[in-house]
Amino acid sequence: MIALDEIDRGLIRALAEDAQASAGALGRRFGLSQPACWRRIKRLREAGVIAGARLDLDHAALGFGVTVFLGVKLATKGRVSLEDFERAVSAIPEVQTVEHVLGLYDYRLRVVARDIPDFERVLRRRIMTLPGVGNVEANVLLSEERRPGPV
Amino acid sequence: MLDDTDRRILRQYQAAPDLPAADLADRAGVTPTTLSRRLDRLRGAGILRGVRGVIHWPSLGYTVEVSLRIQLDKTQPRAFDEFIASAREVPEVLEIQTFLGSVDARVQLIARDMADYQRLYRERILTLPHIADIEALMHVARVKSAEALPL
Repeated sequence: MIALDEIDRGLIRALAEDAQASAGALGRRFGLSQPACWRRIKRLREAGVIAGARLDLDHAALGFGVTVFLGVKLATKGRVSLEDFERAVSAIPEVQTVEHVLGLYDYRLRVVARDIPDFERVLRRRIMTLPGVGNVEANVLLSEERRPGPV
Repeated sequence: MLDDTDRRILRQYQAAPDLPAADLADRAGVTPTTLSRRLDRLRGAGILRGVRGVIHWPSLGYTVEVSLRIQLDKTQPRAFDEFIASAREVPEVLEIQTFLGSVDARVQLIARDMADYQRLYRERILTLPHIADIEALMHVARVKSAEALPL
């Protein structure tokens, strides 16, 4: 596992906030020369600590007023049906994330929709028709907070 | 407010947030000048809030990820506020959501290993205020994680 000092931790926090911050600007903030900062960022990326980037968009302003978390239980289990389910569910554009979990449900999905009728359409036409799908539980997102995590 | 060009730019951008501006302009079928003007406008309007780096927690030694589904004691008028404020104090909490549905709140928690998870669960989670019931979903695999909007 990669060894980190306080500056590395600061850089990880800064890149989590702004993935496109330049090595020059981050170097000034953390008291490093531009090349020294660039080498540290490169090391973090090569170690896989910073794995890509994600756009933070105002969903409501883009017309997506509803986010729903779905817990999905499969009706029939077996290696083939898991793969079929995963392939089919990942292909639905409104499904933002798919996580395979252990517990009350087999999969946890994050689904976006324009409004509740649009969500109902996605649920009925796309989710409920997935291969092997069994019990589905829906919880409509009211508020969300992302935390920086233990770094 | 948004036209097809904006949507095309955001669609390409969220598919490849690390792409250099010139390549992104190419894929979106606009000139680099148009691209930078449009992105400035989307940022100014608060639609594009930022580009966040994605931290890969397993490479920092956090191998266990759990989704905790929580029912709160709603006879307490300040249950939601006080629960959220206390959950924020736990560094290993990555996400806090509230819902309309059978689950009131959800907390995404990471831990170094199962022993660390057990300690966190007992000392930091079960001690959070106003919990009536709690269920854990253990994360096995991430099947889809881009979190893109179907623009």
